[in-house]
Amino acid sequence: MIPASFEYIRVDSTEQVIAGLAEYGDEAKILAGGMSLIPLMKLRLATPTVLLDAGRLDDLSYISDKGDYLALGALTRHRDLETSDLLAKECAVLRGVAAEVGDNQVRHRGTIGGSVAHGDPASDLPAVLVALEAEFVVEGPSGSRTLASANFFKGFLETELSETEMLTEIRVPKTGATNWSYHKFNRRAQDWAIVGALAFRAQDSSRVALVNMGSVPIRATAVEQALASGASHAEAADQAAVGTEAPEDSNASSAYREHLSRVLVKRALDEALV
Amino acid sequence: MTTTTNPPDFSGGPSPRGSILGNAVRRFEDPKILRGEAVYFDDLSPTGLAHLVFVRSTIAHARVTNIDTREAETMPGVVAVYTHENIGLKPNVSFAMLPDGFARPPLANGTVRFVGDMVAAVVAETRAQAVDAAEMVIVDYDPLPVVVDPEAALADGAPILFPDLATNVAIEFNFAEADPELMAEAEVVVSGRFVNQRVAPVPMEPNGIVVEFDKEKNLSLTVPTQAPFGVRDPVAKEFGLDPEKVRVRAPAVGGGFGAKSGCYVEYLVAISAARQLARPIKWTETRSENMLSMYHGRGQIQYVDMGLKRDGTITAVKVHVICEAGAYPSVGAFLPFLTRTMAQGVYEIPKVEFTSVSAATNTTPTAAYRGAGRPEATAFLERIIDMAADELEIDPVEIRRRNFIAPEKFPLTTVTGANYDVGDFNKALTEACRISGYEELRADQRSRRERGDTVELGIGVSTYVEITAGGQFQEFGAVKIQSDGTVEARVGTSSHGQGHATAFAMIVAELLGVAMEDVRVVQSDTALVPRGSGTSGSRSLQIGGSAIYNASVEVLEKAKVLAAHLLEANPDDIVLHDNARVGVSGVPASALSWADLAAAAHDPTRRPAEWTDDEGLMSELDFNQGDATYPFGAHVAVVEVDTETGRVNLLRHIAVDDCGRVLNPLLVSGQQHGGVGQGAAQALYEGVSYDSDGNPLTGNLMDYAIPSAAEFPSFEVSNTETPTPLNPLGAKGIGESGTIGSTPAIQNAVVDALSAMGISHIDMPLLSLRVWQTIQDTRAK
Ligand SMILES: Cc1cc2nc3c(=O)[nH]c(=O)nc-3n(C[C@H](O)[C@H](O)[C@H](O)COP(=O)(O)OP(=O)(O)OC[C@H]3O[C@@H](n4cnc5c(N)ncnc54)[C@H](O)[C@@H]3O)c2cc1C
Repeated sequence: MIPASFEYIRVDSTEQVIAGLAEYGDEAKILAGGMSLIPLMKLRLATPTVLLDAGRLDDLSYISDKGDYLALGALTRHRDLETSDLLAKECAVLRGVAAEVGDNQVRHRGTIGGSVAHGDPASDLPAVLVALEAEFVVEGPSGSRTLASANFFKGFLETELSETEMLTEIRVPKTGATNWSYHKFNRRAQDWAIVGALAFRAQDSSRVALVNMGSVPIRATAVEQALASGASHAEAADQAAVGTEAPEDSNASSAYREHLSRVLVKRALDEALV
Repeated sequence: MTTTTNPPDFSGGPSPRGSILGNAVRRFEDPKILRGEAVYFDDLSPTGLAHLVFVRSTIAHARVTNIDTREAETMPGVVAVYTHENIGLKPNVSFAMLPDGFARPPLANGTVRFVGDMVAAVVAETRAQAVDAAEMVIVDYDPLPVVVDPEAALADGAPILFPDLATNVAIEFNFAEADPELMAEAEVVVSGRFVNQRVAPVPMEPNGIVVEFDKEKNLSLTVPTQAPFGVRDPVAKEFGLDPEKVRVRAPAVGGGFGAKSGCYVEYLVAISAARQLARPIKWTETRSENMLSMYHGRGQIQYVDMGLKRDGTITAVKVHVICEAGAYPSVGAFLPFLTRTMAQGVYEIPKVEFTSVSAATNTTPTAAYRGAGRPEATAFLERIIDMAADELEIDPVEIRRRNFIAPEKFPLTTVTGANYDVGDFNKALTEACRISGYEELRADQRSRRERGDTVELGIGVSTYVEITAGGQFQEFGAVKIQSDGTVEARVGTSSHGQGHATAFAMIVAELLGVAMEDVRVVQSDTALVPRGSGTSGSRSLQIGGSAIYNASVEVLEKAKVLAAHLLEANPDDIVLHDNARVGVSGVPASALSWADLAAAAHDPTRRPAEWTDDEGLMSELDFNQGDATYPFGAHVAVVEVDTETGRVNLLRHIAVDDCGRVLNPLLVSGQQHGGVGQGAAQALYEGVSYDSDGNPLTGNLMDYAIPSAAEFPSFEVSNTETPTPLNPLGAKGIGESGTIGSTPAIQNAVVDALSAMGISHIDMPLLSLRVWQTIQDTRAK
């Protein structure tokens, strides 16, 4: 399909992005990797009249060690996460999940900031970030603010970001090279998860998250609590669907998704928490 | 990986050198394609080009009460907007055997009948302008009741697509009175209802056309088609033109799978617009448009009964097929005829009763798709015989062996009238079992079950025989020596990815001793080739290749006469020497090069006096095979089924396909790999679906899951070689075998994995949801 016509502006700095958003308001969209925005535009489900192409803001593409946490620039490509030595040592789970996103081409273009800002509950990275208790640094006309990932995702393609704000940095704790397991259940290798189940250890607690089990990425707190109170993996995994609102589509009924979440969480727990 | 090591013995091959035939010669075509240098229709931008975009119905069935084009006409760059009123085209009958009442107005005349039906066409200076203007065409729809399911379309009170016909029945096949004694000899009767689901062809390159006019203002069309003459003749007829004055070219074509045969009504609209505007026009489909407008394939509901003796001997088969023809019934409506032809398959079946009805529904029309009616026959036979094996507790391989038509019975005419040329079905099956390690696989399956593994192993077998070059037995071929000694070979088939230029050059090189690089294969252009049926039904090598073969033989004979004349020798003493010169046996030094011979043939003072014409060293002929050939084979699929999630993992797929003598194993295995992949796709991933309002649910490649290499193991493909006596190459077709053999093998493997639970059938595609649901339902019983 062919997108509606739009004005294309390549920006060279975060300031220009903020200024552009202020000027054009909801007419404008930031273009990062374009892997989610362009398909929507081609289907004319999104019709921004101005695109602010942030793709060359190299100063927002980094993975750096800030002592007690890691800072990731919003424009960091999935491929850079997937191949990062620093992440291998300090946050192996994020590196591992990044490698499961789409296919190679998508991972070379798509950015972590785009994945977060897009707010798709079927995306892989938001779930791991929520389970990591990541923080998001956001720049806007009135300066910057830092948001907790736990409150960031509001609904399907809906986040705390306002139309005039840009996500600039993602901060994650150092969880080390610990065991993790991500079971991404999809039709084809390149597809989004029908259901994804993630388990790992961080800061002495077991973290469990679910992909595509509701309108936002989900932290499986019932499972985590069961584990904390000494439940077996099987018993804990039985809690996987508690509090979820699994969608229904041609790949899965809600009941099937709930069932998959229990099976996959069990498998993830068995692999990650040994 | 040819498993029988018959040396390629091409009778008539005169060469004392090692034969090139039978060798894995790499495709000439590939470097250009891989470097992006191949020219596709969409690469053409003649001066003055305007772009056409269709306004397609978003409603599956409706009266069109108003089309407001005023706003669109004022949009930037718009040249014209067409509707039924001003396009000037008659309703189009796309398949002669069907009632005229199903004719399709190229642009809707008051009624739309599927999502994707065309309402208007916008022509603008740029494609983007045309797309924007098309959005501004306002169409008022008054919805009518919708029917999507073909069985519902046949029920009393169903919405009728063409009220004048008062029925949705497009065509019925019913060749005999029902036999009340059909199952009289049967000791058991197994029955099933199988859905052979509708699939989309999804060629990598979508459809389209470039319409131009030559200096004499004659039409010149560039179309991604499998059959240029199949476009030329209907176009000439529609516009009342002399066919000779219409040129149709197929440049590089990015796949077709049957769906790029025939003359799409979109072409007629683009041509009519170009003629009215007197300027070149291009229409290029988008992928989303392709999913709506390109004819779909398969789409059968099959009710099958098989009667057997307790020892597994088949006594009779009864089949009733309901076929989805779509909104404007076309070739697809006819395909159950081919399903019927192959309803006996590889087995001795004394009695076959087959009936079918093809129904119009508010969906995309259906047509030929890789196998076209024959895969559907193999699918039901291989499914029902597995159900019988399960019922009678006979191993699936063994029950097939007990029923195979024996090799010494060939040639034979089946009870459904197919003239099987030659076959050895057990040879292929035995080979497939050997390669797969069938007994070890069964042992693995048993031991998994004994230890209660939640991941079951499934082993699926299918054996098939199919029709290639059916219906179109004749093809044009010409071979001519050029003045520089190179060869031009013209042929009426039309390659669209298969590698014919390589295959045909091999034949010429073999017979005339020239280098393959010195053979130029000309095809796919009605101005350069006088006639031809194009490429479909796996016909090209056996028919087109045989035409080239015979033309090469004739050219060599002529060359021998000429050489004898020039060298004052006896023609019987003339041979083609190793150095590609023609001369007296044993005296290569005095022999003549092809360039010498070509020059002499054009020189009245040098050629024999009786050669009065100046056509040179050339032969132009039509090869007629007189009948179809019947390739066969056996496939074994090995799957794992995760019973906790329903996920199916194809672990191995073994294909032993017998397409007669193999000319180029690389081309053959390419067709096998692609065909198996496409067949596996139908078994496991693909299926076009609609909601009850007729809205497509699989309108793009996110929802319509074509698999990629990441989903599959490397297939284990090989051949047995049983040459056909019907053509000089001994070759049968291979283009469709992969899709025919693989789909049922994989489906059988999945059912086999779950058979211990009491599951005897699951319809395709075997998505995890469906497999899991079936397991749940079975456990709940
Ligand atoms: C074939 C295919 C398969 C895919 N498979 C998967 C998969 O399996 N799993 C998965 O998780 N994802 C998948 N994706 C999506 C991919 O991960 C995208 O990269 C990601 O969703 C968006 O990142 P992007 O950089 O491409 O964002 P864009 O598409 O450029 O932008 C997405 C949205 O975010 C906004 N935005 C982008 N950056 C910022 C920012 N810094 N601040 C504020 N707003 C911003 C944009 O304005 C836009 O609204 C797939 C994509 C494709 C095309």
